[in-house]
Amino acid sequence: MSAPMLEVRDLQMHFPIGGGVLDRLRFDSKGLRLEKPVVHAVNGVSFSIARRQIMALVGESGCGKSTVAKTIARIYQPTQGAVLIDGEDVAGYGFAQMLPVRAKMQMIFQDPYASLNPRQRVRDIVAEPLLEQTKDAADRRDVPARIEALLAKVGLNAEHAGRYPHQFSGGQRQRIGIARALSVTPGLIIADEPVSALDVSIQAQILNLMMDLRDEFGLSYLFISHDLSVVHHIADWVGVMYLGFMVENAPRDVLFTQPRHPYTRALLSAAPSIKAKRDTQEISLSGEVPSALTLPTGCCFRTRCPFAWGRCASERPKLQDVGEGQTVACHLVDEPQRDTL
Amino acid sequence: MSGDTPLLAVRDLRTHFHTFSGVVRAVNGVSFDVGKGEVMGLVGESGGGKSVVGFSILGLIDSPGKIEGGQIMLDGEDLVSAGEARMRQIRGREISMVFQDPMTSLNPLHTVGRQMDEVLRLHSDLDASARQKACVAMLESVGISRAAERLGAYPHQFSGGMRQRVVIAIAMLAQPRLIIADEPTTALDVTIQSQILKLMRAQIADKGASMILITHDLAVVSEMADHITVLYCGNVVERGKTRDLIEMPAHPYTRGLIDSIPDPSNRQDRLRQIPGSVPDIRNLPKGCNFRDRCPRAQAVCREVEPELMAQHATLWAACHFPLKPGELA
Amino acid sequence: MTTFLQSELFHNYRRSSSAIIGSGLMALFAFAVLAGPFLVAQDPYDIAALNLMDSYKPPVWLEGGDPRFILGTDGQGRDVWASVLYGARISVFIGLVAMMASCLIGTALGLIAGFYGGILDTVIMRIADVQLSFPSILIALFLMSAVGTGVDKVLIALTAVGWVVYARTVRGSTLSEIEKEYVQAAKVAGLPNRKIIRKHVLPNVLTPLIVIATIQVGTFVLIEASLSFLGVGVPITQPSLGLLIKNGFDVLFSGLWWTSVFPGFAIMMLVFGINLFGDFLRDELNPRLK
Repeated sequence: MSAPMLEVRDLQMHFPIGGGVLDRLRFDSKGLRLEKPVVHAVNGVSFSIARRQIMALVGESGCGKSTVAKTIARIYQPTQGAVLIDGEDVAGYGFAQMLPVRAKMQMIFQDPYASLNPRQRVRDIVAEPLLEQTKDAADRRDVPARIEALLAKVGLNAEHAGRYPHQFSGGQRQRIGIARALSVTPGLIIADEPVSALDVSIQAQILNLMMDLRDEFGLSYLFISHDLSVVHHIADWVGVMYLGFMVENAPRDVLFTQPRHPYTRALLSAAPSIKAKRDTQEISLSGEVPSALTLPTGCCFRTRCPFAWGRCASERPKLQDVGEGQTVACHLVDEPQRDTL
Repeated sequence: MSGDTPLLAVRDLRTHFHTFSGVVRAVNGVSFDVGKGEVMGLVGESGGGKSVVGFSILGLIDSPGKIEGGQIMLDGEDLVSAGEARMRQIRGREISMVFQDPMTSLNPLHTVGRQMDEVLRLHSDLDASARQKACVAMLESVGISRAAERLGAYPHQFSGGMRQRVVIAIAMLAQPRLIIADEPTTALDVTIQSQILKLMRAQIADKGASMILITHDLAVVSEMADHITVLYCGNVVERGKTRDLIEMPAHPYTRGLIDSIPDPSNRQDRLRQIPGSVPDIRNLPKGCNFRDRCPRAQAVCREVEPELMAQHATLWAACHFPLKPGELA
Repeated sequence: MTTFLQSELFHNYRRSSSAIIGSGLMALFAFAVLAGPFLVAQDPYDIAALNLMDSYKPPVWLEGGDPRFILGTDGQGRDVWASVLYGARISVFIGLVAMMASCLIGTALGLIAGFYGGILDTVIMRIADVQLSFPSILIALFLMSAVGTGVDKVLIALTAVGWVVYARTVRGSTLSEIEKEYVQAAKVAGLPNRKIIRKHVLPNVLTPLIVIATIQVGTFVLIEASLSFLGVGVPITQPSLGLLIKNGFDVLFSGLWWTSVFPGFAIMMLVFGINLFGDFLRDELNPRLK
């Protein structure tokens, strides 16, 4: 049994904010002190993705899913935790050590208008990751042919190679981004909301393309999205995040038919559907997501949870296995009688 | 559509933009009705012209854009030929608008209370204390607690969802008869979106107002709207009662849009996709705009532009070969 | 070339009278600066060619004028027209070179400050703040007392103040560009930081600099003129337009106006032309959100 393509253990990402020393000095009734406000973006997330598997991370804004993606891609360095790419922990790697790992892992981004350098031609954009990996002159001569093949694979043609991004539509730009990610034949592609900025009819094209590529190249995807219907279509496993925590993780069908965490249930019932009737239980949330600067004590979701009781404020729930591969972080698992809906 | 006179009747609206690279016919012959107390969904993808329709109704089209033709009848009065003075009376009072981005639709330098007060000062005869009471009541009805206190707050002190509530409150203050909501929940999280949509439904029902809901999200519109108008490249390709249009669309584009949405209850390996991409709106092809992407296109589609024709009592489509009920493209 | 001629930029240029006038004036000056020495018979700084008997002759259209000296002569018998042409060369040279030096230094520092942030950013920006609080005259005065006058000292004084606007602008643009996803993509592709700055950030922050640089040439010409007028600018051996004004200033009130007015007029035309064209560029290059 080979190692999973990606394994994340207890990942934490905290961002200090608040400017320089002079900005952070505070003088009030408590005296003079230096504040160090920190955004707790990711607070101990663990999961793994096998080869050829698509794992989706869902959640709303501020839940940390994009930060997880970028931390795994080592755009940031994790505050704590392990990130194992093909069995190798890259969390502490420096620039030079990361370079060979970059051939195994690439990323697709959300905004088709900001993810391509407007001053670069398409062929240079697509070739960039590959050129960083190929320093031998003989191998570099093969690069243009490879780029042409890649463009064809994503549905573009050779004459597009010499053009600039602004000459393409949103969907085409995403295709260019996908070609770029494929250039190094990675095993893992991290896709950060790849279709959220696209029209619905183009979304379908790109999703189909991504799935075809997975079948052909044996790729794994970490698919970040807030759109549950897209996730339902493409994912094998789904992880639900809230305020930097993973609150539930399950195979796709299990999550959508038997959601256990109150937030997952609320999310599923809030999502508008084109079908006339919905039979999921209506959990309606009030209020807004608390600030990531000061996390609530105990369970991160308790401020909006319809079931919260004393234990939720004092004890942070851990992910527990509830069968069929599903794990939930909620005290209701121990006290199901409190689930009154 | 209801039997009596519609509140808003748009006939053959044409709004064109004369840009350096060509004439953009953003809205090119759009007609629809909105009855009293009805919610109409205006659906289309980017570049389809739906926002331009909303701005045209309110007379907010600036150069290089211009309303080139057509009528916009608000209860019998043509807004296209009404002067700017009359439009200023109408905006905010008879027709108001809710925009997509709550960050930029509120003035960051004025308190919320002042922005609300401004609407009432312009459009009502209430004195200062009556206005204050009305503002407090309105904020409470959109679900903002401690309303009197919050009147003194600035927009940046509210979160995205709260700001959109404020925007809705402002839109409803002068008791408009028609609200144009342009992608009001697109920028919001799905749980907040659900709250805001419920709120809008309640407000409209309560005040007997009508609404045009402009969005690209078919799922949202299927839950909110009584009837739907689908735009493609500046033309109406289909319109009709919501459930009829969603369940048995006659136009291949509508069918394609609906099929593009992943359906959890009917999982397929591949989503049905509409091939190709939207044509350049400065260079629309002859005949039907959709012909290069339509699996049913024939020779006549490349020559003759189809007219909007009734498919049955509650559904119109502009297609030479419309789908029969239950037929897949 | 054809794409440029068909572009919106060129189209708007043709329709903008201020842009055409502005660029026309600039072109005139460019021509004068390059061809100057060939347009005049007399080299005004060749002492042997001067004749004191020709001093203070008024412009040709006034009584006492001499057709050899269209705009008159100064106290040494120098042809004012020739002096203006030579002076323009020096003024423009100083403006251009100081601008280029400021642009290079400022852009480099702005990129570093914006990209790396942290202590580097703080230090560079604080130096910028301090720099701005020194008027260039103070720096020029200091230099003069320490090492004397000279064109190079003027260049140093101007650059010392001029780099800040580039650094600030580039830093701001850099801060917003590094958040963009294509920069993150470059990181994920494994590009080292210096390559990211060079290939991705730099080309995308250059556009606003075009306007700044254009207008700064005019600003520098004016500042240099003030410095020279006050005697801390160029040496007498290389009189810029500003120094010419100063030289004529002493006799200005005795009615011998042409020695100061024509150089002043030349400066005015140059700066006016630059500002007109610069305004046009600013509006054109501003990304317009529809």
